[in-house]
Amino acid sequence: MTGMDKSIPLGRTKRHASARARREAWVFLALALPNIVLIAFFTYRPLLLNMYYSTLDWTLGSMDAVVVGLGNYVEFFTSGDAEEVLSITAIFTVATVGGALVLGLLVALVLNKKVPGATLARSAVFAPYVLSGVGVGLVWLFIFDPVYGALSWVLRGIGLASPQWINDPNLALVMLIIVYVWKNLGYCAVVYLAGLQSLPKDVMEAASLDGAGAFRRFWLVSFPLLSPTTFFLLITSLLSSLQAFDIIKIMTPTGNGTGTLIFEAYLQAFGAYNRAGYSAAISVVLFVVLLAMTGMQLRFVERKVHYS
Amino acid sequence: MSLQTTHAPRTGPLSPANLARTVVTGWLPLLLAIVVVAAPLAWMVLSSLKEPGEIVSTELSVLPANPTFQNYVQAATTVPFARFFANSVIVTLIGSTVKCLLAILTAYALVFVQFPFKRAIFLAILVALMVPPQVAVLPNYIFVAGLGGLNTYWGIILPGLGTAFGTFLLRQHFLTLPASILEAAEIDGAGHLRRLWQVVVPISGPSIATVALVTIVGEWNDYIWPLIITDKPEMMTLPVGLTLLANSDSSAQAWGILMAGAVIVIVPILIIFAALQRFIVAGLTQGSVTG
Repeated sequence: MTGMDKSIPLGRTKRHASARARREAWVFLALALPNIVLIAFFTYRPLLLNMYYSTLDWTLGSMDAVVVGLGNYVEFFTSGDAEEVLSITAIFTVATVGGALVLGLLVALVLNKKVPGATLARSAVFAPYVLSGVGVGLVWLFIFDPVYGALSWVLRGIGLASPQWINDPNLALVMLIIVYVWKNLGYCAVVYLAGLQSLPKDVMEAASLDGAGAFRRFWLVSFPLLSPTTFFLLITSLLSSLQAFDIIKIMTPTGNGTGTLIFEAYLQAFGAYNRAGYSAAISVVLFVVLLAMTGMQLRFVERKVHYS
Repeated sequence: MSLQTTHAPRTGPLSPANLARTVVTGWLPLLLAIVVVAAPLAWMVLSSLKEPGEIVSTELSVLPANPTFQNYVQAATTVPFARFFANSVIVTLIGSTVKCLLAILTAYALVFVQFPFKRAIFLAILVALMVPPQVAVLPNYIFVAGLGGLNTYWGIILPGLGTAFGTFLLRQHFLTLPASILEAAEIDGAGHLRRLWQVVVPISGPSIATVALVTIVGEWNDYIWPLIITDKPEMMTLPVGLTLLANSDSSAQAWGILMAGAVIVIVPILIIFAALQRFIVAGLTQGSVTG
C-alpha cells in the first residue's frame, strides 16, 4: 500500500463510499453543531437584530415600538451626541493605544536585557492584563480619591492639592486612560518582547560592529524590523480599547465625560433612559468602526500568514 | 588599542563599571516596572486589612497598625458576599467546562472529520472571534429575559457558551499533529470518539490547558452580561456584586470594605496566574508571532 492510498480499498463500491461520507457528515454535525448553533444564535443573530432594532423608537420593556427608519441615526449624528461620543471614544482610544504601545515597548526593551529576575518581571508586568477590570477599577478609584487616596498623599508631599479626578469630566477621562494603560501595557510588553527576541541576531551584530550606538541601533534597525509586531499590537489594542467597558463603568458609573461608544450604548439602553432603539443604533455605529479595523487587520494578515 | 588593553580590568564582565551599568540600565528600570505594577495591588491588600480609622486619615500609614479582617466581615454583612463568590465559582466552572468541551469537539470535527462546507464554517467561526460580545448584549438580553432567564444561572451562562476562541486555538494545534498517529488508530479500527479521547486529547494537554485557563479567566472576570442579566443580589457574580457594594455605600469609610471586595475578585486569578502563567500568556498572546 502506498502512502497516498489510505482511505478506500479497491473493490468497494460507490455506494459504500457515499455511505461512509454520510456517516462522516453525521459525526461532524454531532460534534460541531452545538457550538455552531450557539455562535450563530448568540453572536450573529444579535448583529442582525441590532440593525433592525436601530430603526425603532422603542423603550426597553415596552410592548410598543414605532418604526422610525434612520431616525435614530439622524438624531445621533445631528443632536451633538455623535460629536461628543465619537470625540471621547477617539481620545480614549488613541491615548490608551499610544500609551500602552510606547510604554509596552520601553518595558520590553528593559525585559530584553539578560539580567537575573527578568523572567519574574515579565510575569509581574503581564499580571494586570488578566485581572478583573471591576476589581482593578475599584483599587484605582481609591488611589485617585482626592482626600484619602495614595495619590493625594504623594501630591500633598510635593505641595500640590489633589485635583477632583472623578468630578471633573476631563480629568475623569485622563484617570480612565491611566488605569487602562496600566492594565494593558504588560500585554504589549510581552508581545514586543517576543518580537525583540526573534530579531535576526546577525543583523543586530552587524549594526553593532558598524559602531552604531544603542539608540541608533534601536531606532534604525530594531524598530523597523519590529513593524509587523507594532501593527499587530496597534490593531488588537484598537479593538480592545474600543470595547473597554468594565473600568469605565465601575469608575464613572453614570458617565461623566466618559461616554465612549460602547458605554453610551449601555447607558442609553440600561441606564436611565431605556432607549433600546437608540442604543442599538450606537451599537451598529460601533460595529461598523470595529469592522473597519478588522478589515485592515485581515488585509494585513492574509499577506503575512496562511491559515491552511 | 594598546591604551585600551591597559585598562582591561575596567571593562571585564564583573568590573565595577560593568556592574554599575547593569544596575542602572538593567535592574533599576526593571524594579521600577515591577513597583508600578505591584504597588497598587499591594496597596489594595494592605488597605483591606486596615481599621476604618486608619483609612480615613490624612496621615500616611503604609502598613496596617492592627491587621484585621473587619473589612471582610463588614463587606459580607453589607451584601451577600459568600453568595457572590459561590455564584462566580458555579458560573465559571460550568461555563468553562462546557466551552472547553465544545471547543475540543468542534476543533476535532473541523480537522479530522470529512464534511463539505468545513472551510466556510471555519471562516464563520473565525469572523465570530472578531465580533465583540458587547454589541450583542441588547438583543440577547431581550431574548433571554423574554424566556424568563433574568436572575438565573442558565441566563447568565447560556449566551456565552459558543466558543470561537477555543475552537480556533485548538484547530490550529490539531493541524500540527502527525497524521500517522491517527491513521494508525484508524487502521486499528478506532472510531472517531476513541480517536478523539484516546489519541488526540492525551497528546494535546498543553493546548487544552491553555484554552481552559484563558476561558476560566474570561468567565471569572466577565462583567457586562452578568451585570445586565441579574438584578437580584443573590444571583450576582463577584464583579456585579462589587458594583452593588460600590453603589451601596459611598462614604469614605467604605474604602476598606471595597478593597476587601477587590481582593476577593482579584486574588484567585492572581494565584492561578502565578501558578500557570506559561499557558495563560501563550494563549492570550497567540497570533502575535504569526502576525
